[in-house]
Amino acid sequence: MKKVKQFFSQFLHDGHLTWLFILPGALLLALFVLPLFAVFLRASDVNFFRNAFSAQAFKALQLSLLTSSVTTMITILLGTPFAYILARWSFRFKSWVELFVDLPIVLPPSVAGLALLIAFGRRGLFGSVLSVFGISLPFTGAAVVLAQTFVAAPLYVRSARIGFAHVEKQLEEAARVEGANQWQLFYEVMFPLAGRALFSGAILTWTRALGEFGATILFAGNLEGVTQTMPMAIYLGFERNLGIALALSVVLVIVSVFLLMLTRRLEKQGQD
Amino acid sequence: MKRFQYLSLFFILLCASCAPAVTTTTAPKLRTLNVFAAASLTDAFTEIGEFFEAANPGIAVTFNFAGSQALRTQIEEGAPADIFASANQKEMDTLITGAFIAQDVSQFFLTNKLVVILPADNPGALQKLEDLAKPGIKLVIAADEVPVGRYARQALDQMNGPFGSNFKDKVLANVVSNEDNVKQVVAKVQLGEADASIVYTSDAVAAPDLKTIEIPAELNMIANYPIAPLANSANADLAATFIDYVLSSAGQAILQKWGFAPAR
Repeated sequence: MKKVKQFFSQFLHDGHLTWLFILPGALLLALFVLPLFAVFLRASDVNFFRNAFSAQAFKALQLSLLTSSVTTMITILLGTPFAYILARWSFRFKSWVELFVDLPIVLPPSVAGLALLIAFGRRGLFGSVLSVFGISLPFTGAAVVLAQTFVAAPLYVRSARIGFAHVEKQLEEAARVEGANQWQLFYEVMFPLAGRALFSGAILTWTRALGEFGATILFAGNLEGVTQTMPMAIYLGFERNLGIALALSVVLVIVSVFLLMLTRRLEKQGQD
Repeated sequence: MKRFQYLSLFFILLCASCAPAVTTTTAPKLRTLNVFAAASLTDAFTEIGEFFEAANPGIAVTFNFAGSQALRTQIEEGAPADIFASANQKEMDTLITGAFIAQDVSQFFLTNKLVVILPADNPGALQKLEDLAKPGIKLVIAADEVPVGRYARQALDQMNGPFGSNFKDKVLANVVSNEDNVKQVVAKVQLGEADASIVYTSDAVAAPDLKTIEIPAELNMIANYPIAPLANSANADLAATFIDYVLSSAGQAILQKWGFAPAR
């Protein structure tokens, strides 16, 4: 074991063997970049703008922006206090709660969609309770939001929890000494200090919600203008009109790049 | 040292997972036939595949079931198919035009027609065909690009005659989702999330738990399914054997068992 370690540490100092590190990385990077390059290349023809601004593309874009924004707002409203609890309180079964909060991040979206349908569908476990109130979720915009929240909200909770946890305990104690109550402590101390983490978490959730596909198609179905989001239009456009699918893909890639740059910038500022 | 143990365990598992591949090389070489078939053929072709494999040792049939329009796109984008079985002539024609399939090799091998399906407890309380236009019921049908979705809309056009000129519009206003293939549609009705749908009679045979409302012949659509080998198939001989089997009396018997009618 020691010999192996020695062997590798020699490598690190060996300048002309740097390709051993560069080559694997370059291969992986090529895998990330080349497909997107191909999409841009194939999308950029005379019909690009006609496709990008077609009625179907516009409706899908509008619906995606609306539902993902609602998802992000719901997530912030429900997720912020929750993340605060997870960061600061200790209670029984906390690790279990944390596990279930992180679970949707690793769960396949198709499992999420099926689970939502089996739980909140008309014949689902809670469907009959909902129908008493005249609520039927599947195939509605609400179902799109629910699917997006299920899949994307954990990203915000995670980021916010870490943000809150990084606020120094002394600051909190000082505020306590000054006589701040629980709400003041949260709103005037924790919230501003964890602001960047909350904001970048919200953007991550928004981006993920914008790209949600698997859970949505199973739980919300596909109807233009009602449940057909951008990823859905791309999936179906692949079979009907490749031009629209490519144009929408380009739009989504650009939006994603922009949002990622924004979060990276915030993270960088946070470190300074 | 512990790390080394984990590593060796990993390699043992890796080798173990390779083992079956090694043993098969001693048996006669297995050839694989890739059949791209319309989603409505799922049950019938799976059974045909089993009989075909039993009758032809050394040949494995792999199926790719999806909406014919999705299969056509996959083939156009280079998916390795040996046979294409479509639920309409349109997708077949597109591939012939694109030279993926040779002229005059495609042949019709069955017909199918449409039927209305409902969950067993009929939550939308549909009694007759006209009830499809009843306001407030939830219909899940296949998208317009999917063959069965196209046939359903054509049948609704014909129903405008007896049921009033805006019958089709009223029915389409009840549609809550346009699905990507017919099996997705059937699943949503089976789950009870939709009150009704229009699918193939063969789908109703494959889902005996569902109720049906017949569509009279003069308002129905006949779906002609063509089948053809791909022009650049490396298994042209196997493809021909499989298509012969589908057209044989044995193959046709299986298709009829699953609710399809002979080609005409």
